[in-house]
Amino acid sequence: MDSSKELQAKEKQEVASPAEYTSEGMIFTPATDIYETERDIMLIADMPGVQADDVNIDLKNDILTITGDVKPWETKEENDVLVEFEIGSYRRQFTLSESIDQDKIEANMKNGVLYLNLPKAAKAVPRKIEVKSG
Amino acid sequence: MIRRSLFRSPETSYRNPLENFQSLVRQMDMLSDLMSGSRNLRDPFTSGVFPLINLTEDTDNYYARAELPGIESGDLDIQIDGKNLTISGERNINMDQDVKFRRRERESGKFSRVISLPGEVDPDKVEAGLTNGLLNVKIPKAEAAKPKRITIG
Repeated sequence: MDSSKELQAKEKQEVASPAEYTSEGMIFTPATDIYETERDIMLIADMPGVQADDVNIDLKNDILTITGDVKPWETKEENDVLVEFEIGSYRRQFTLSESIDQDKIEANMKNGVLYLNLPKAAKAVPRKIEVKSG
Repeated sequence: MIRRSLFRSPETSYRNPLENFQSLVRQMDMLSDLMSGSRNLRDPFTSGVFPLINLTEDTDNYYARAELPGIESGDLDIQIDGKNLTISGERNINMDQDVKFRRRERESGKFSRVISLPGEVDPDKVEAGLTNGLLNVKIPKAEAAKPKRITIG
């Protein structure tokens, strides 16, 4: 990957949902990478400002929901001079097409990035079947 | 604080009585810029330069904050030169090349952003912290720039 390119600023995407949320505040979609290896699915989501304790991961009926709550970091005495990004929670859902070994899911939060390891259930791991000749 | 912008629902919190008015002025500016075509509809509020910065002030300090997920403090370079604050660095996302990507939205690359602070500052006392992917730079105002209460003698 070319790492010398310039990073572009992107406005945070607010969650578009047919049902409105009743909780207060804005909810954003975290930018996410998902990749697959033979044994697991890795999900990496950018959730700046979220502490490890405020991340919630839920897997039900093949629907994976990740949420991250952000505590307001400004003090009451501060007045805005320039506002370029907004503060809110993160929420995103994925439908898993592969069966996952739920007991072995591992989650790790580092520098505002969630690393989620979803090991495939044994039956979903490809088995190489040898064809014998003769 | 939760702020809502134009085309969404109204603001949900008010901090100072002028904020309402300031926000209205900002939105009017934006609207006129939109109509004259000098601004992009998709991201009407931002400067378009990474990282996006929120700047606040209290009586003694300015606070510049930016969201920098996945960036280590060693990858960041913060400089203050007069009233100009420069935040530059590089975001590296190391990935094995032989994995099968299903979705790829996070980006790596270099960045550099300069913002000009509205008043004089004390460059020797600037403090910066990086927690949970959030950069917080505290820039004390110069004595001359702080508001003074004048007592009537």
